[in-house]
Amino acid sequence: MNIQQELRDAARKLLAEGGVDQIIGWSSGSLPMSSTPLFAATKEEADDLIFDATCGSNLTVYFTKDRRQIARDGKKSGVVVKGCDARSIVLNLKENQIKRDDVVIIGVPCDGIIDRSKVEDKTGGREVLEFSDNGKNISVKGRGFDIDIPRTEVLSDSCISCVHPDAGMSDIFIGEPRGEQKTKDQYLSVEQFEELSAEERWERTKQEYSKCIRCYACRNVCPSCYCNECFVDQNDPQWIGKTLDLSDTIIFHVIRNLHVAGRCVECGSCERACPMDIRLLLLNRKVAKEVAERFGMETGVDPDAKPAMSDFREGEKQDFIMG
Amino acid sequence: MNDWQPKILAILCTWCSYAGADLAGVSRIQYPPNIRVVKVPCSGRVDPLFIMKSLQSGYDGILVSGCHPGDCHYMSGNFVARRRFAVLKPLLEFIGIEPDRVQFSWVSAGEGERFAQVVTKVTEDVKKLGPAKRLVKQV
Repeated sequence: MNIQQELRDAARKLLAEGGVDQIIGWSSGSLPMSSTPLFAATKEEADDLIFDATCGSNLTVYFTKDRRQIARDGKKSGVVVKGCDARSIVLNLKENQIKRDDVVIIGVPCDGIIDRSKVEDKTGGREVLEFSDNGKNISVKGRGFDIDIPRTEVLSDSCISCVHPDAGMSDIFIGEPRGEQKTKDQYLSVEQFEELSAEERWERTKQEYSKCIRCYACRNVCPSCYCNECFVDQNDPQWIGKTLDLSDTIIFHVIRNLHVAGRCVECGSCERACPMDIRLLLLNRKVAKEVAERFGMETGVDPDAKPAMSDFREGEKQDFIMG
Repeated sequence: MNDWQPKILAILCTWCSYAGADLAGVSRIQYPPNIRVVKVPCSGRVDPLFIMKSLQSGYDGILVSGCHPGDCHYMSGNFVARRRFAVLKPLLEFIGIEPDRVQFSWVSAGEGERFAQVVTKVTEDVKKLGPAKRLVKQV
């Protein structure tokens, strides 16, 4: 029995007997090689659930800030989570954004999510008309091509160095857990960037963030970003300009990164949502590396740990403080 | 540009570093006049946004100073601030801002002499770097 079928059966069972009002998962998107969130309230709707290499969005976001209150409002929701999404749930439970009784966590083993633009590179920019996920490989078909691509070659940047592919906290787990992944290169992209000279780092930063159109899609898909009023929306006092001025844009991204410092699970939703393909995760990774090295913490792994920035130890390293 | 003088923002906590600055003043200890002081209740009050905003509005350097760890008037304010700065400082360096532009120190109310030394050091460091260009908003 494949994961998809098992997932649908579990969802049907939960809806029928588990006292769950809805299952939040993914279904096929309107285009090939895409997925869209699905809110299944009936058994028939549960049959549209899928889980494959396109299910990238972090569905925890519907619990934290969704104004339509889809997953709040006293409802009990089942939610399908990958490893990173489950860490988001753990964080939000700790921050009292979700009640444990209101959520049934359905874990799935994740082999990594694919990056559309990497697939398009492989097809030479030709449109993909059919897509299927066969585990180790993905196959794409279109006009004049029919190719199998090893999944590892088209993984999103956020998934290449994933350490926790399985949901750490789950009520139901579908399929076989993959176990902790050992990667030496968890922060490879950060280390490579650190080796550049300061001038070059600044040039790259400018280049990257001058692409930003300030659509705030990165903020809106982020389950850790749930302030009622974001600092960029504030008018009185207005902290930050709302135009495409480079300085304002960089400050927005730096401050957003600091707001999710020790709270980011590196799910990569922001990067996937970005219409301008900005490498947003690089800064998040840098912050995560500092948090891991200095405070020995990883977001959402330990359900009892306080988020890094609201905790402290007296004897911490303070090499950055003047003599 | 030999006579160029940097503008430095000093964000000082009211219980220790501000009192330290006051002691330096009443003791008539000389230090460079390049700092503009903002008094905050606690170093824990300092949002990284304050620092970014000052860089944007053209300050050449920023000094944030609070009570020594363990001496915070509010018990844990400076510990929380320390974690915040521990992440902010490497992040600024990472995006290519010169590390000496933003500096942190602990100065107690009795350390007037030390306050003068800290300000002298920050001023010299910033003078070496020259006027801030990165992140400054051109209007």
